[in-house]
Amino acid sequence: MSNQDTKVGKEASDLPRRNFLRILGIGAACTGAMVSAGSLIAKEQVNESATAPPPPKIPNYDWNKHKWAFGIDATRCIGCLRCVEACKAENGVAQDAHHFRTWVERYVYLEGEDKPRIDSQSDPQNIAASGSEKEFRFDNRYKDAKVEKAFFVPKLCNHCTHPACVQVCPTGATYKTKDGVVLIDHSYCIGCEYCVQACPYGAREFNHVLGVTDKCTWCYHRITKGLLPACVEVCPVEARIFGDRNDPQSPISLFIRNNRVAVLKPETGNAPNVYYVGIDKDVS
Amino acid sequence: MIGTLAHAAPYVGYVYPNETDIPWGILIVIYPYITGLVAGAFIVSSLYHVFGLVQFKPVARFALLTAVSFMFFVPVPLLFHLGNPQRAFNAVLTPHWTSAMAAFSYVAGFYICLLLLEIWFAFRADIVALSKTTSGVLRTFYRVLTLGSDDVTPRSLAIDHKLAVILAMIGIPAAVGLHGYVGFIFGSVKAREWWSSDLMPVIFLLSAIISGVGLLIVLYVTYSKVRKVQVDDACMQGLARTMWAFLMVVLVLEGLELLEMFYKGLEVIGMVQRLIQGPIWFSMLIQWGGSIAVLTILTALIVFRTKGKSLVPWLTVSGLAMMVAVLAMRWNVVIGGEELSKTMKGLLTYYPLVFGRGGLLVVAIIFTCPFIVLWVNTRLLPPWEPDEKAAT
Repeated sequence: MSNQDTKVGKEASDLPRRNFLRILGIGAACTGAMVSAGSLIAKEQVNESATAPPPPKIPNYDWNKHKWAFGIDATRCIGCLRCVEACKAENGVAQDAHHFRTWVERYVYLEGEDKPRIDSQSDPQNIAASGSEKEFRFDNRYKDAKVEKAFFVPKLCNHCTHPACVQVCPTGATYKTKDGVVLIDHSYCIGCEYCVQACPYGAREFNHVLGVTDKCTWCYHRITKGLLPACVEVCPVEARIFGDRNDPQSPISLFIRNNRVAVLKPETGNAPNVYYVGIDKDVS
Repeated sequence: MIGTLAHAAPYVGYVYPNETDIPWGILIVIYPYITGLVAGAFIVSSLYHVFGLVQFKPVARFALLTAVSFMFFVPVPLLFHLGNPQRAFNAVLTPHWTSAMAAFSYVAGFYICLLLLEIWFAFRADIVALSKTTSGVLRTFYRVLTLGSDDVTPRSLAIDHKLAVILAMIGIPAAVGLHGYVGFIFGSVKAREWWSSDLMPVIFLLSAIISGVGLLIVLYVTYSKVRKVQVDDACMQGLARTMWAFLMVVLVLEGLELLEMFYKGLEVIGMVQRLIQGPIWFSMLIQWGGSIAVLTILTALIVFRTKGKSLVPWLTVSGLAMMVAVLAMRWNVVIGGEELSKTMKGLLTYYPLVFGRGGLLVVAIIFTCPFIVLWVNTRLLPPWEPDEKAAT
């Protein structure tokens, strides 16, 4: 028997014991939790209880050593939507106009109008322009209009510090990792969609094939291997910035330090971790 | 994805792209509705058992059977809704306590146990008698149901009564808690402007009571007609007054909530106005029109001290209208909340499907089941008082 076989055999024999310990742990947790249920409503404890499961077994990766964050420079975005398509391809997101882990909004102020006209790539007119729900583009509807001001705003999960989605998950299937990412355990999610309701940003979508909720993971499978999220990787104009805030020289640390950044809907108390430059008062 | 496009909700203005796939449909409308009927029926039984309002005696035990028959089906729409219903017990075995939803199985489970216990004490003497007068399978059934206790001496019955009262007293906060809790599930969602109200648990609870009283009136009259017995006048008048009192408070509270919303005129108010005039105008009309009509009829019935044969049809219609109005209210809350986009710059419109797991047909079947179970229950444990008069 090779060393590898021995290891596999040992792991297999550990399984019943591990399950037993898990059940024991669950029992203890239930009892403890029932006793202290009343006091758990305090907001400070929300994060305490949203404890992450054991760290993922990723070679050469320690999630205690990173603190990921994301930046959007809306002044750079050209609305090419490569990010949206890259995200769908990378993460196997449903190929239709109603399920996105990231999307881009277009804000157009016409002369004489107070409010912007807003649309995203899933707008029926834009879908008609692209001719498919698998490819995305913004149509040219403002070609002859007198545009006063216009810009694009990429959106994605904000991986909040106090995520409302994690707070409301009845099973703990969605959780906050130590390195600052909000993930979903697809094997544990019951598909109640309470988290979809709770997210103020509309960042969560439902995977009808698996019967579970899905969302942006900042391409956790890539960033833990030293790669960039797919949307950042493909952005031709560097409108998307990603990095480790623990490293003061990382692109995101520099972006936050050198710009006056804003976050979306700070009044929710969710403390988002996607930082924006160049957005307007009507962006929410 | 195949099929999802057909389900995508149409919208006006700007909504986030993922919002067109509306998360909670009519299954989640029917869930708080059924829960509410339970709470209402139970409160009527408590008015007799705890507060000693003897006019409710004719329906007190029937109300308990109604409550438990509907309670059995409270989790059903939720299970139909889940993407992975086979994992539903994850929320029971490893509840994530910061979630309002995590407590559901415990709250509901506790309440079902309490109802079953109370029913057992309320019916024990009858069960013992039935175990002696029936034969065959039924005899075995009732013998098992006695749980080995066939002591029906006055002393033992007095103990039963005392325990039933204690259970009913625990039951009141449990019923109030159960439904207030359902209100909390919605009211605590800060991302949804239309739900995020501190009044939500209170309004949910009070509207639950009126719908339950309405249901009880309709059921009591129907059962009496079928059984060809007289509807008890004092009981009907009591139910009319109960419904009037709770309805009035609900209307005032809901009115104040809307008034406050418009008076404060926060950013969202323009969209709220368009929501009320747009996607939910018809259900708002049913809710408010129905409630005001019922309040008017009830006021007239109480002022004119209507009795007997003229009271029955008016009150039955009021009960039915109340049930419909509260159903519309549940729709307005659950669906209305989702139709108001989180962008606050757009409105979606939800159209329920007829077929499919979350369709109207499934909801209709789920809602029929408690009535069938109740009928079986009343056959097994007749809840009626022996001094009923035959219909003239």
